[in-house]
Amino acid sequence: MSQTQVFHTTAWSAGPGCHGGCGQKVYVEDGKMVRIEGDEAHPWSQGRSCPKVLALTQYMYHPDRITRPLKRVGARGEGRFEPISWDEALDTCEARMKDLRTKYGAESVVFAQGTGRDIGGPITLLCYSFGSPNWVQLGLSGHSCYTPRLGAMKGIFGDFAVADCSQFLEKRYADPQWVPPEIIITWGQDSTTGCPDGFFGHWVVDCMRLGTKIIAVDPRSTWLTSRALHHLQLRPGTDGALALAMINVIISEGLYDREFVEKWVHGFDQLAARAREYPLDKAAAITDLPAADIAAAARAFARAKQAAIQWGVPVDMCADGTSVAQAISCLTAITGNIDKPGGEVIARPSHGVTAYPFSTEELIKLYGEDLIKRMNEKRVGADKYPRVKNFRGWAQPDMVIDQIHSGKPYPIKGAWIQTANIIGGQAARAGFHLEAMQKLEFVVAVDLFHNPTTMALADIVLPAATFPEKNSIRSWWAPLLTIKKHVQVGECRSDWEINFAMAKRFNPEGLARWNSVEDMFDERLAPSGFTFRQLYEQGGWKMPEDGPSKPYRRHERGLLRMDGKPGFNTPTGKVEVYSETFKSWGLDPLPQYTEPPQSATATPDLYRKYPLIMITGARSQLFFHAEHRMIPWLREKMPDPYVEVHPDTAARYGVYDGEWVYLENDMGRVKRKVKVSRRVKAGHVHTMHGWWMPEREGKAPDLFGVWDYQINKIIPGPQSSTSGFGGGQYKTTLCTLTKIEH
Amino acid sequence: MARYAILIDHDYCTGCHTCEVACQQEHSYPVGTNGVTVREYEYEANGRVKIDYLPFFTEHCDFCTARLARQEQPACVKHCQARCMEFGLSNDLGETMKERPRAALFTHVPHR
Ligand code: SF4
Ligand code: SF4
Repeated sequence: MSQTQVFHTTAWSAGPGCHGGCGQKVYVEDGKMVRIEGDEAHPWSQGRSCPKVLALTQYMYHPDRITRPLKRVGARGEGRFEPISWDEALDTCEARMKDLRTKYGAESVVFAQGTGRDIGGPITLLCYSFGSPNWVQLGLSGHSCYTPRLGAMKGIFGDFAVADCSQFLEKRYADPQWVPPEIIITWGQDSTTGCPDGFFGHWVVDCMRLGTKIIAVDPRSTWLTSRALHHLQLRPGTDGALALAMINVIISEGLYDREFVEKWVHGFDQLAARAREYPLDKAAAITDLPAADIAAAARAFARAKQAAIQWGVPVDMCADGTSVAQAISCLTAITGNIDKPGGEVIARPSHGVTAYPFSTEELIKLYGEDLIKRMNEKRVGADKYPRVKNFRGWAQPDMVIDQIHSGKPYPIKGAWIQTANIIGGQAARAGFHLEAMQKLEFVVAVDLFHNPTTMALADIVLPAATFPEKNSIRSWWAPLLTIKKHVQVGECRSDWEINFAMAKRFNPEGLARWNSVEDMFDERLAPSGFTFRQLYEQGGWKMPEDGPSKPYRRHERGLLRMDGKPGFNTPTGKVEVYSETFKSWGLDPLPQYTEPPQSATATPDLYRKYPLIMITGARSQLFFHAEHRMIPWLREKMPDPYVEVHPDTAARYGVYDGEWVYLENDMGRVKRKVKVSRRVKAGHVHTMHGWWMPEREGKAPDLFGVWDYQINKIIPGPQSSTSGFGGGQYKTTLCTLTKIEH
Repeated sequence: MARYAILIDHDYCTGCHTCEVACQQEHSYPVGTNGVTVREYEYEANGRVKIDYLPFFTEHCDFCTARLARQEQPACVKHCQARCMEFGLSNDLGETMKERPRAALFTHVPHR
């Protein structure tokens, strides 16, 4: 029998597909991964794993996996691809992209990714080396995934913050500095369903065992809401009114942290005045919640010695997502829960390492002054939305797709799409996205499996590696981590390797000092004192040492500001519940509530026609967004896309459990199997997103059945937020339910 | 006589499916075969909708004999995200059980 070797690594991106961070042990025999298990020595996950990781052998060695570069030989959508060499593939990409750059300018090629994976580094390296300012989560209406929350936190705290589940401490729950939160508000998140935003979801469950009580803000009932002290089952999209009403209760009843507010909060009186506009009865009418429940939850949160908020994308997907995130951050601020044990801790990347450069100085050094100029002048959305202009490098997704379609104000002719199944995944107005993108002259898709997007659009497909097949680093909060290559599958390459090779072709001088991606990692890791190899060899992870990356109470110790003075990293040095930063950008410095674009009050006629509020996008441990439907061990546990329908609604529409129906509105209709369930209220339905059928015909027009099942086909756009970030209508679109006549 | 058993903390199974895939990987079980399957219960109590889960063990469960020989935890127990399962001897676990508000103890003799 051949010998089995066991190696450690970190999961992130392709494989489980998720935001990653957990430690895994890879069992290798004859160059093949034969098994994978959780790594007990890893502080993040402590030996645990998830279904997607444990099914990884079926993913990596799946017969349908793309393992060689491909070029399209038939017409787009015909599904005819031929294997080519890496050299030919990269030569083609280089020639075609340079051609577009010459004809239309570098900004005519967009670089599209999906969610928060190990893509931001490699894709910006390529995008900026090519010279384009247009890095975008194409399809994600309002960029409604964490960016609104990040923007709000930056404006209020001057930093990001996360619920403190001891994740910055090496001894974790056993560290004597840490105490469990008395309360965690799970706001728009079922934490048991996955690990978003650098947070292992079951940390919340760990805290519950240690005594934490839950306040669940969720329109649905779940395992978590079943066990919550308070379940605020609000009308989808009304989170802003709820948060403001809670602020009002806490301030008007004098339950806020006086000492903290006096010393550290800027704009308290203005916030108090704004919150007074949301008395309980008004908020109750907006949210469909009993006034007493709102008050009780607010009191419990404020009275807790330490309390945290763990939130999800529904916050971003409110009509004005950033504003809702502002309101929720204000709850943390006025209760003095920032950067204290068991509260909301300031989250900085471990050891100050960022996996890729953000600062203007670094960008200029690597890519030249011209790029910065183009980012300010040509980046789609930067002229319209101050927050797009001032916060991070993203282009505004809704505007990008409109511009691809219209060619105005300048043409967009090419797309580099990196592990993002836009058409089968995040694209609201999915049909319009396909129509617009068909106009593109050249499309590259880096992916692992064919999907509706590769099938419909790709001219070149490049095969990407899963995490056991690649080297990388990770510094998403803590710990600092390595991802280490232990096996090779086919000719697949990591996103870093692919983009590094391409970027060198566009920007040889800027990248001259690196011969390999590992050279780059070494340079990025320099603040930690480790090289990539050293960090891997000493265990693959390192928790922050004392300093700006390690909690607690850094504002008191002068660890947050450049000038070394005590205080927060904001213009006033205080937590700005009245945000001077937003004010300087011409935005409302205070949180406010906006009604969803479609609702009984906003669009009464539409509501009469489509009286069901359709919540989409609840997460599952089995699938990551539009992935994994071809993995047998996962798919067998959820073979069909279902819609949760309350028994009263089912009776009203005359549908029974297990029956296939259409969810329908003016944009079209999508098939779903009815699951009669009290998880949703009457008047709401919920269905999961990301469905297409890998077992169906891939070529157009079928595209793996995507038009039968892609729920985002009937989600409207563009986004509805004032800042350009937030307001994708994924949780609040109206629909009806119709029987399928046979 | 004490036997091997698994104690399930009924309050904490979140239905994450990890145990199921852990078992399938460990035994290379094909689709449709599993040592453990997770069941969901939806009901009402105290005016609230309740969602509970419970892992149900089948005859395909061998208590991970091969892992035991290597002094490793059963695959399901090790990977459970909610840490709601404990493996041990039925007598010991019976004692532990007394402290749990809601718990289920599963035991069987594998490979009858
Ligand atoms: S003990 Fe082993 S065999 Fe039994 S259910 Fe768990 S993983 Fe499967
Ligand atoms: S792994 Fe644990 S929490 Fe998850 S379904 Fe199985 S028993 Fe329940």
